[in-house]
Amino acid sequence: MEKQERMELTRWAVKQALDAGAGQAAAKTASVRSIDVEFRDGKLEKLQEATQSGLTLAVYLDQRFSAHSTSNLDRKFLAGFIKEAVAMTRYLGQDPFRTLPDPSLYAGRESLDLELVDPAGSQITMDQRLALAREIEAAARTADPRVISATAGVGDAAGASARVTSNGFEGETESTLFYAGAEVTVGDGAGGRPEDWDYATVRFRSQLPAGAGLGANAARMALAKIGQAKVESGLYDMVVDNRVGERLVSLLLGPMQARALQQKSSYLDGMIGKSIGSTLLTLTDDPFIPRGLASRLFDDEGISARPRVLVDQGVLREYFVDDYYGRKLGMAATTGSPSNLILAAGRQTGPALLAGVNRGIYVTSFLGGNSNPTTGDFSLGVSGMLIESGKLTRPVNEMNLSGNLREFWNRLSAVGNDPYLYSAWKIPTLLFTQADFSGA
Amino acid sequence: MNRRDFIKGATAAGVLAALPWRRASAQGGIPPGGTMASDVKRYLEAFGVTEQDIRAVMGVALSRSGDFCDLFFQSTVTNSVGLEDNVVNRAGCAAEMGVGIRVVKGDQTGYSYCEEISLQAMKAAAATAAAIADGPASPAVPEMAVQSLPSFYPAQTPWSEVGVDRKVPLLQRVNDRMRGADPRIIKATVSMVDQASRMLVARSDGRMAADDQPLARFTAACIAEHQGRREQNYFDVSARAGFELFTPALLDRVADEAVRSTLALFDAVKPDGGEMPVVLAAGSSGILLHEAIGHGMEADFNRKKISIFCDKVGKPVARKFVSIVDDGTVAANRGAINVDDEGNDTEKTWLVQDGILTGYLHDRISATHYRVKPTGSGRRQSFRFAPQPRMRNTYMLPGPHSRDEIIASVKKGLYAETFTNGQVLIGGGDFTFYVKSGFLIEDGKLTKPVKDINIIGNGPKVLEQITMVGDDLQFSEGGWTCGKNGQGVPVSMGLPTVLVSSATVGGSNG
Repeated sequence: MEKQERMELTRWAVKQALDAGAGQAAAKTASVRSIDVEFRDGKLEKLQEATQSGLTLAVYLDQRFSAHSTSNLDRKFLAGFIKEAVAMTRYLGQDPFRTLPDPSLYAGRESLDLELVDPAGSQITMDQRLALAREIEAAARTADPRVISATAGVGDAAGASARVTSNGFEGETESTLFYAGAEVTVGDGAGGRPEDWDYATVRFRSQLPAGAGLGANAARMALAKIGQAKVESGLYDMVVDNRVGERLVSLLLGPMQARALQQKSSYLDGMIGKSIGSTLLTLTDDPFIPRGLASRLFDDEGISARPRVLVDQGVLREYFVDDYYGRKLGMAATTGSPSNLILAAGRQTGPALLAGVNRGIYVTSFLGGNSNPTTGDFSLGVSGMLIESGKLTRPVNEMNLSGNLREFWNRLSAVGNDPYLYSAWKIPTLLFTQADFSGA
Repeated sequence: MNRRDFIKGATAAGVLAALPWRRASAQGGIPPGGTMASDVKRYLEAFGVTEQDIRAVMGVALSRSGDFCDLFFQSTVTNSVGLEDNVVNRAGCAAEMGVGIRVVKGDQTGYSYCEEISLQAMKAAAATAAAIADGPASPAVPEMAVQSLPSFYPAQTPWSEVGVDRKVPLLQRVNDRMRGADPRIIKATVSMVDQASRMLVARSDGRMAADDQPLARFTAACIAEHQGRREQNYFDVSARAGFELFTPALLDRVADEAVRSTLALFDAVKPDGGEMPVVLAAGSSGILLHEAIGHGMEADFNRKKISIFCDKVGKPVARKFVSIVDDGTVAANRGAINVDDEGNDTEKTWLVQDGILTGYLHDRISATHYRVKPTGSGRRQSFRFAPQPRMRNTYMLPGPHSRDEIIASVKKGLYAETFTNGQVLIGGGDFTFYVKSGFLIEDGKLTKPVKDINIIGNGPKVLEQITMVGDDLQFSEGGWTCGKNGQGVPVSMGLPTVLVSSATVGGSNG
């Protein structure tokens, strides 16, 4: 679908909703073309290529609200679908907070080039994808005789969307994405088959690292797990690899949502201006990073994006306030969701942080677990390496990290200078003192 | 990263994926009255295709020497309605339709789909999928023969006949009951999701099958406040059934369980961490089987030799009284299927029989690879995905012990009762599940409640450490969704009361 056709269809959908009796309406039309290839054992294992399209519609009618979606963009079908969507809304209860955002929140949209579209992206050929996948898989498979299986994945996607509201918002997005990497399983000689991965996801194809390095790195990390075992329960200093630190940061995001505050299910309720962690914890959100994986000029509600400071040296400054729950709480809307979330980097390298730990655990992956946003309790499965006198001595698994977020973030005692490159969130290596591990 | 498979309950927090945009004892015989051959015409008409169209598309799909192809037509309507702050203030409908076209060459898969069901669009998708192979055209496709199916989930009142006006009072009823139950309840939310999915699969070996798959879930959650502390919990029920499922008695029980399980948390303590005996309550504790063994027995992981179970078939893996099945035939169960998404017959598949590891869960590719019959385990999230071997309803058969004697046998340990989510590493065998609530066991008795603890173990080791199995098998009622390689499918699970002699409990060691 061409850009203009997409915008026209979206405007038409909003008008259909109003004509059917809606007081206000918002519609978004999106499509993404994606191609994925997988290589294993020296040959192509899977090839997938398709275009996914969809239209979503929000209906506001006499303080009533409903939200709908469909993959069928045929106008004749949509006309009936929209009519039914409006009709069903009349049966719901009234909620005075259900309206579109005030148009003043749409104002002030930046006109930056976020560099989200690789102009050379569409020139990639199937042969180039296959060659890259073949290179990654070969590097992983031949890295060591203990490698049992290596699977390389290479793919790319190009997406576009148009969004329109009946109170004056119009916005379009366009972006490309490229990824490449491998998953490797190795034999430990005793029946165990440890696995690890290395993937890179980027906006421009030229940002992808060399394929051989991705394959070799995945194999190296899987091999490092051979001989893994739990160590005794206790308090250990904890270094968290920059690849997985976002699992910990994500535990803060639920309690920072306006919905959680309004529903009285946030342990951060009433904490604005107060300390929620160590002074090394500074969290900002920057929607304008060129080529950022979550960069944007406006959010899902059409609110114009701007950089935000959420936590400043341990002090909570802002929640994520979407328009609806902000209205319910009597708080000004900011945005309901993070874009490129940044945990402020420190000065030391990751290896330097490790070298400073006398007895600790270097966490390289999290497995399952969960948290309770109302109380802050959490418990997560972990694996990684034991640190003794600043050296990684042996692989560790089957351990649980547990605690309460109220006091856990106070244990953050150093932050690396090495935010992970291939995620929307920029989280460096993190050091926590005396974290609580359950094991043997 | 793709293989980090997980399962989650209705309102559990999500599990992060590495790639931001790629982001888991009533056994019946086969009841009469399922989809008969004559009905398939109705399905063809619903998708606006003819058998001639299908054969034409297959001709394109197999034009480059593919061994096999299938077309998976699907139309799904999902309705949701939600209550918050005493008002039913949100609802919605999602309508999806399309056809997925797969071409298989040996272990290799070419896949494409289209959301517009026209001959031109289907032929274009077929040409894309055909590119997995590179050779001359395969022999002509035979005449289609329609497969008659059993009927494990007839909906008395199909969801297509139920308007939102009939759902609103149900949500209000549950809300009012929760709010009225105890003055400590300060917030309540209620949601109901129903789905009517229609599918038709046509294969190049001439088999064609069609099915209607209803699915419904009802969730009640509440927040309670007491002496300045707040706690939250939820209860949900799910089944393949129509509107008749949600009787007043069931809805009242959902409300009561949500309230009871929330208020119980005020007394909860944090257990000591480390290794200890764990007693799993009958029912949702089947999450143990899903993570500890179920994923590891999916044949694709074994074909690739990346499962910790891949050299253990035919060997003893547990005590003689341990038998585990994965079953698509339990009536109205969330994991039941009349036919799998590749058109294979559904069945009850043994994973462990009398302590011996018996066999894998197969889709077509792995069954061909191992030269065995498919087990009816080829499932997919939707027409946008190629099928993979997946679980349906995974449970352990009843054993020789009573619940009371199992609890009485533990001097100091944990009794795990409700769960939100779990995850497993296929090759290492490490798995976890998150215990939302349970009790300490002290001197053979349940004492203080506990909450929010992760349990971690190793699949094969835990199977060996199942030292007692109760006679009280129960299926989980909850709305579990299993994730694998970015695809979610509805599943269920069950367990009698079970003693695991040692597992690592995430508690306090300070």
